[in-house]
Amino acid sequence: MHDDNQPENAARRSLWSAALIGVGIMAAVDEIIFHQLLGWHHFYDGSTPVIGLMSDGFLHAAELIALVAGFFLLLDARRHRALMSSYVWAGFFFGAGAFQVFDGIIDHKVLRLHQIRYEVENLLIYDLAWNAVGLLLILIGWMIFRRGKNNTHVPNRATRS
Amino acid sequence: MNIWRVLSLLFGLTMLAIALAPPLAQFAHNDFRGHMLQHLLLGMLAPLGLVFAAPVTLLLGALSASRARSIVIVLQSRPVHFVSHPVTALLLNVGGMYLLYLTPLYAATLDNHWLHALVHIHFILAGCLFTWAIAGPDPGPSRPSLYYRLVILFISMASHATLAKLMYAYGWPLDTPHDLTEIQAGAQLMYYGGDLAELLLLIALFCAWYRAHRHDGRRRERLLLR
Repeated sequence: MHDDNQPENAARRSLWSAALIGVGIMAAVDEIIFHQLLGWHHFYDGSTPVIGLMSDGFLHAAELIALVAGFFLLLDARRHRALMSSYVWAGFFFGAGAFQVFDGIIDHKVLRLHQIRYEVENLLIYDLAWNAVGLLLILIGWMIFRRGKNNTHVPNRATRS
Repeated sequence: MNIWRVLSLLFGLTMLAIALAPPLAQFAHNDFRGHMLQHLLLGMLAPLGLVFAAPVTLLLGALSASRARSIVIVLQSRPVHFVSHPVTALLLNVGGMYLLYLTPLYAATLDNHWLHALVHIHFILAGCLFTWAIAGPDPGPSRPSLYYRLVILFISMASHATLAKLMYAYGWPLDTPHDLTEIQAGAQLMYYGGDLAELLLLIALFCAWYRAHRHDGRRRERLLLR
């Protein structure tokens, strides 16, 4: 608690808190756009096994907790003047991209919870596009992270918010 | 007087009143969607309002010191400690739901009015117990740490979502007059409605953490929960 204002500590807190929000937002985007607006895949697709439904439930709970925990951790960091905006954005994109790739590989392919879209000839294209978007998000996060690192020299006090 | 607690109480009582009002009760008796709506109001939303109104705190403040002390002794007794443990509350609450929907119990409540009433009372009480055990403002036996309670809430959310999807996929509860589309609509209501209620509880838990974490997290938390 005493080293809250240390730049490395502030950077780490900003990064991790925002990564949690990134995961939660990406999960919400997936549920709202693909489940509800486009209807490409659904609440239950008729082929997901019981174990898939269970893991789906655990993922869903984890997403919600990540979102709420992320916001409260950011609030806490701000209160302790340990919020660094470039690391917040980097963390957000890392989290969002990591979730997208996790969803694309583990959920869709390993656990086979659901596929991205049904009744299309070439599912591979959808899978590739899905994971490419995830990697792109991670890349954006990495670029912001690099820029933030170059702009933050060690003597700086981490009081920007 | 704390205006938020009064509003919380009013919210809880309104949820109870809507759930038990004749039109909804009638709908709930004939239709699974109505049953699920009633269940959400009674077992999840009403307890949030009632528990965050902090009735025990009010009671302790209104009583004489010696009477208040005897209530505190009861609150810190072994049986209360056991029942109000988050794991016990979790089993009574979500465990009760698995029992109701995955066994013939639900079908039995449709024929037996007393059993039906008993199930409602169980869910109101279990909902209050769980809400109190996770993040309730009232004094109680010493609670497990915040992280422990967060894990219990996580398990509760996950089991609730899993049960709703199982019901959707396999048409539970079986042997009822409801057809599959009705049960699926009820299960979706359970999934999204349960999410909303548990999200509110999650936010309340983090609000408590945020306040306790202001200076020295551990010491403040211990003070708050004493």
